[in-house]
Amino acid sequence: MYTDFRRHLQSELNKIEEAGLYKKERIIGSPQAAEIELTDGSRVLNFCANNYLGLSNSPGLIKAAKEALDTHGYGMSSVRFICGTSDLHKELEEKISEFFGTEDTILYAACFDANGGLFEPLLTSEDAIISDVLNHASIIDGVRLCKARRYRYENADMEDLESRLAAAQEQRFRIIVTDGVFSMDGNVAPLDKILALAEKYRAMVMVDESHSAGVVGKTGRGITELFNARAKVEIITGTLGKAFGGAIGGFTTGKKEIIDMLRQRSRPYLFSNSIPPLVAAAGIRMIDMMTETNDLQDRLHHNTSYFVNRMSELGFDIKPTQSAICAVMLYDARLAQELAARLLDEGIYVIGFYYPVVPKDEARIRVQLSAAHEQEHLDKAIKAFEKIGKELKVIQ
Amino acid sequence: MSYSNKVKDLYVNQLKDIKSAGIYKEERFIHSSQAADIEVEFPRGSDLKNVINMCANNYLGLSSHPEVLKAAHEGLDTRGYGMSSVRFICGTQDIHRELENKVTEFLGTEDTILFPSCMDANAGVFEALLTSEDIMISDRLVHASIIDGMRLCSAEHDTFKHSNMEHLEQKLQLHADKRIKMVITDGVFSMDGDLAKLDEMVKLCQKYDALLFVDDSHSSGFIGKTGRGTHEHCGVMGKIDIITTTFGKALGGASGGCVSGRKEIVEMCRQKARPYLFSNTISPVVVAGVLKVFEILSQSTERRDKLENNTNFWRKGLSDAGFVLKEGNSPIVPVMLFNAKLSQDFSKDLFNLGIYAIGFFFPVVPNGQARIRTQISAGHEMHHLEKALDAFIKVGKKYGILGLTKQEIIDKYGL
Amino acid sequence: MEDIKDLVLNYVINEYQEDEDDEITYDTPLISSGFVDSFSMVSLKVFLEKKFNISIPDEEATPEAFDSVNKIVDLVNGYLEKK
Repeated sequence: MYTDFRRHLQSELNKIEEAGLYKKERIIGSPQAAEIELTDGSRVLNFCANNYLGLSNSPGLIKAAKEALDTHGYGMSSVRFICGTSDLHKELEEKISEFFGTEDTILYAACFDANGGLFEPLLTSEDAIISDVLNHASIIDGVRLCKARRYRYENADMEDLESRLAAAQEQRFRIIVTDGVFSMDGNVAPLDKILALAEKYRAMVMVDESHSAGVVGKTGRGITELFNARAKVEIITGTLGKAFGGAIGGFTTGKKEIIDMLRQRSRPYLFSNSIPPLVAAAGIRMIDMMTETNDLQDRLHHNTSYFVNRMSELGFDIKPTQSAICAVMLYDARLAQELAARLLDEGIYVIGFYYPVVPKDEARIRVQLSAAHEQEHLDKAIKAFEKIGKELKVIQ
Repeated sequence: MSYSNKVKDLYVNQLKDIKSAGIYKEERFIHSSQAADIEVEFPRGSDLKNVINMCANNYLGLSSHPEVLKAAHEGLDTRGYGMSSVRFICGTQDIHRELENKVTEFLGTEDTILFPSCMDANAGVFEALLTSEDIMISDRLVHASIIDGMRLCSAEHDTFKHSNMEHLEQKLQLHADKRIKMVITDGVFSMDGDLAKLDEMVKLCQKYDALLFVDDSHSSGFIGKTGRGTHEHCGVMGKIDIITTTFGKALGGASGGCVSGRKEIVEMCRQKARPYLFSNTISPVVVAGVLKVFEILSQSTERRDKLENNTNFWRKGLSDAGFVLKEGNSPIVPVMLFNAKLSQDFSKDLFNLGIYAIGFFFPVVPNGQARIRTQISAGHEMHHLEKALDAFIKVGKKYGILGLTKQEIIDKYGL
Repeated sequence: MEDIKDLVLNYVINEYQEDEDDEITYDTPLISSGFVDSFSMVSLKVFLEKKFNISIPDEEATPEAFDSVNKIVDLVNGYLEKK
């Protein structure tokens, strides 16, 4: 029964490989940190993790996780509404609401699930979703599972958004959906303008703060802080899998009735375990840490501007960024791959991205900065970029 | 923003409807580890109450097993807390591959790919493998996550009556012209506790040249002589093309799931399954715990044997007392009450007697088939089961349903 | 008219009746009672479209419109008249 299908899959896999799109995984033998160990024993500096605040190996979070293992065990073996809710889940939900200045919060196993289960319980075929074309895959899947009418607008293009909003006036409710930071470019969504349009065209706003929570805004409250729009969007989704510790888990935070409705109807919430208690405990500790001091955010902001400035001075073509993502533009896919490979030889781990992950002829290396990077790490990376960049004639 | 009263009122009213229909889900806060004895705060703000848990998927009692906890502690020390990345960027540790190999060996398959949850495994697997030229034929009672996965896939879909092999055969004939036919079922059905007829399904799939997909979330670790799952119980190990399962139930209960099966299928998921590509995988500390779970399970079958004995005792006890049960072969033992309100009242009375078991009713189960779903664990000792049985009998007497047939209960309480 | 009714009823019984004890008549609520889940409803729609050579747009194929044999027959007749 499987023979034909095997043949079919093999040919599909060959096609992926021939197109140069086959994804190979690099295996890491150490904790996630500024410096990591690969399984061949080599040590490299990591500039491609979403470990923005350097919390992935934080002793404070590890301690909190361990304490929770002792008091709350390992797994819940149940979904939230049966017997899978611990007091730690509730506490973390409250902390997240406080952090973002929202009314209530619901946790998910991952932000993929938060986005995947967001739209269907709230909107019907009478409503409209107006979504930025560069939104994350999980938002796209969530929209696909919802019957609402779909509109797409060009990335951060406010004229285009306005025309879609105008076209969607017949619908009962409208919601504008955007990533806070777009993961391939590092640009932030123009939330001030989005909010103005939302007001004018009576739309709600949803922001995915996965790449901005902990990162953007003076105290890391995300793009609502950057645009001075705290509590002004209806729905924020975010992840605990990036800046906020990096383990796993996501959340939706916002208006009380919306969260309440999700708790009753959101399928990934109802049909899957929540995050394990130890992850909830580390999340609580993480928010406490971010409230006690702003050191991590400050260091991240310093590291990012230092790196971006030095790279620009060297002549690299850097996409304008307001996040900890720094896209070094190479345009040519082969060149991007070559540069990444040569940098790895120099002990710098970065990834080249090319079509179809980014538009054709817009190949790049995406550098992600972290509060865990020391000055010497940054300098070493900049030096390596300079050396290989010159050798490959990317810069003079 | 424009969160008008119109929007707000809509949700407020819908929530009101949910409440007045009696299907509003209220969460109970557990302050202890997941185990046979737990400490519960319910309703919120009330004093903690010690109860016996009869509704967890903690089938093997491993959710707070000391060795698993120890392994998780060590995992935190050696592998850190989070990966902050997806698998193909910089989110793969050696222990992720180790766990994938371990699962492959345990299930008797060719290869395995981890997902953040089995919900995500099911949500991503179909779209990665099938296109509009293909057909998915699923049992009508498969888990919601499979339904979402099928909804995200452009292949056509059809359903067959629950475990009805004649109907499945009709459907295989009906769709004979499709390029790829995939038959999709749960191994153990979560609401009824019955097992899929995998032996017959394998035969049909061979006859009609179809692939067979099994979600073994409610069986991995304890169904079958050595706990490999429904395929072991049915004598068809090595003959299932795709198995998905979870680590969030019997296998430690923290989080995570996987797709295990034919080598190329797994490889294709690694290239194309969206929840795999766009979400972090299982965190190292959880991986460390699951690895320990597999070690415990491969050392002896003691836990699944105890679970089997517990289940037999529980089933016989309830049956002798005169309850109507769903027939089945798994530690899921549904006590049938048929009437939705009765199932809720029953559950409440049990809680007051220190027994935690949840009533399920439409739309989670078909209309008129409300029930208390009990789930037995190797973590239950005889005294837990005896106390729980006493409580069930006490409440059963109160409502006068002991010894009544299905029809008599329906006549008494309505549907 | 009766033919269509019986044809649809027989299809529904053959396709969806899980338990012989459950009686399905022309007026039995199908979707709201859980006889037919909304996911399986799609195959019912495909059956009707093929059998009667009609096309039912997704907006019209609501759970309400499919909730009993009688309602389904009304819907089908509407499309047959338009043809």
